Amino acid sequence: MTAVVHAGSPGLWLLAWRRLRADRVAMASLAVVAAFLLMLVLSASGLIVADWEAEVGVNYAPPGFVGAAAASNEVPVAPMQALPDNPFDPLADDIRALRAQLAGAGSVEMYGVADPLADDMAQLRGAGPGAEAAPRAGAGRRPTLPFGGDKWGHDVIKKTIKGGETSIVVGLVAALLAVSLGTLFGALSGYWGGVVDDCFNWFYSIFTAIPSVLMILAVAAVLQQKGVLTIVLILGLTGWTGPYRLIRAEYIKHKSREYVLAADAIGASHWSKMFTHIFPNVSHVALVQMSILVVGFIKAEVILSFLGFGVPVGVVSWGSMLNEAQNELILGRWWQLTAAAIAMALLVTAFSLFTDALRDALDPKVK
Amino acid sequence: MLAYIVRRLWQMLPTMLGVVLLVFVLFNWVGGDPAYILAGKMANAESIANIRHQLGVDQSYPVQLWIFIKQIASFDFGLSWATGEPVSHIIATRLGPSLTVLLPLTLLETLLGIALALVVAFVRGSLTDRAVMIACTVGMSISILVYIIVFQYGLAYKLGWFPVQGWGESFWENLLRYATLPILIGLAVSIAPTLRLYRSFVLDEVGQDYVRTARAKGLSERRVMWVHVLRNAAIPIITHVMANLPALLIGAFLLERFFGIPGIGREVILAVERSDFPVIKAITVYVAAATMVFNLLTDLMYQAVDPRVQLT
Repeated sequence: MTAVVHAGSPGLWLLAWRRLRADRVAMASLAVVAAFLLMLVLSASGLIVADWEAEVGVNYAPPGFVGAAAASNEVPVAPMQALPDNPFDPLADDIRALRAQLAGAGSVEMYGVADPLADDMAQLRGAGPGAEAAPRAGAGRRPTLPFGGDKWGHDVIKKTIKGGETSIVVGLVAALLAVSLGTLFGALSGYWGGVVDDCFNWFYSIFTAIPSVLMILAVAAVLQQKGVLTIVLILGLTGWTGPYRLIRAEYIKHKSREYVLAADAIGASHWSKMFTHIFPNVSHVALVQMSILVVGFIKAEVILSFLGFGVPVGVVSWGSMLNEAQNELILGRWWQLTAAAIAMALLVTAFSLFTDALRDALDPKVK
Repeated sequence: MLAYIVRRLWQMLPTMLGVVLLVFVLFNWVGGDPAYILAGKMANAESIANIRHQLGVDQSYPVQLWIFIKQIASFDFGLSWATGEPVSHIIATRLGPSLTVLLPLTLLETLLGIALALVVAFVRGSLTDRAVMIACTVGMSISILVYIIVFQYGLAYKLGWFPVQGWGESFWENLLRYATLPILIGLAVSIAPTLRLYRSFVLDEVGQDYVRTARAKGLSERRVMWVHVLRNAAIPIITHVMANLPALLIGAFLLERFFGIPGIGREVILAVERSDFPVIKAITVYVAAATMVFNLLTDLMYQAVDPRVQLT
């Protein structure tokens, strides 16, 4: 973002940059956002946390500052049995019955199908006691990690950075898609007016009649397949309405200005007038909209992934971390929840503060 | 007035038609043949063929669209694919629990938001004001999921002040026993953005000439704020509250899911998980219709609040 501001024309952008420089809160939040982006680039290129999936600690390794002793009397407890019956749970009886059934059933019915992996499994089970003892004994696995470990013993700090990569990339790309769509539609609509405008306004009224949450869930239901690209498409295709409205209003305002008439007089094409003449003058609106959307989309991705409509199994994001953390908290393992929550709150706070400052800097009329 | 309402209703038609088309394209065209989804749910081929026939999958798209429009007009979306319950019955029974949570939540949020916004605007520019605004920004940055997980674990599971989840039969039991914690969490989540927004509405009015006049004629600052400024700030506040009501019906889905409240939002989540298209289609169409009707109601309320507004 810094580079863009430097490279821009010395008019609006340089002035805005000077105003931003004077704002200490803005610079501090910009530094935090930049740190997150740097982390994202490093982790995406594999320079850091490439080994986040290494099971370096024991299962649910506690944070180093808590100490292994506090947790060691907790770890051996089987998680399912540790749960007390919830007196308010309407399904408590059913769950008890199911547990009894499970305990009784013991082995899995094979339906007469020969398991091709049976031999390997037996071999593994034979090696089982030794292998099982290994993490407990700490052979190669550490009893504590700097900020704790998850169910498999992954380092939570590395996992948070890796999860942040997914969440931030989804937020950025989806916001870029939404703002591009909104700008294109808004430009066409505002510039041409008439029937084109009516058409896009009709689209706009349809998309705003359906609450965005419902829209996102409906698209998620239809698309069926999970994946990072799917979330980006869902968020991008449903989020263009905000930028559209503002960009359209700007184009209506600008299209009769003198510089556009002058461009018309020297024979500039419609396309060139729309995107080389008018767009640079309204691009600050698009930029502010984009940073607003990034924050919203990061939050939305977290919720979608939490619900299981977002990232696929095997991809970690802050939402999937919160999903795991929900069950861990009941067992007293608070570190994964804390790590994901703090990382997200830090980024979103910094991004929101920066967005506010950016808006004030680019549009000094608004106070 | 009547002419205005009739004209507005008439203008809703194209939008409503667009919503129907969008839902149709999404579920019938993008979603493809339901047989693939149904095959995983139903054992016998006969009932799948029956549903395909009901939807007219074997016929052309215009015919399918006409079937869909007839479903909407007759409020009959058939049976849920997952449970076999009539969709109209699902919506009718899930609306009550949703409203039990949402109406108190909206009421409390609005009143608290207005009161706090006026107080904060009263000390605008001071350290208190800035501290509250920063607290709001930080509060808004924490995911709603974290609020729910932590509050549910802390207040309900650990301290036992509230039931962890559940829903009863009687209205008062639900409101006072099961809905209290969800409402509190909803309030904690929504008060920060509401306060920020209402503060900006109030600050827009504070600089106006009539405020200076009111002060000049010797009115107390309290009266200026609570009577003069509030009445003028009411219009954007009403817009905000009314426009958000239909969206809230779905928006509280996380609260409903965590606390086992059998509301509309939880039903949508369940339907998405189970690919229960009739339920999602019905809820989408009706919520869109409700959004448009509420927009009209908002405009009608403007006139009640502000005699200068002329509906033409």
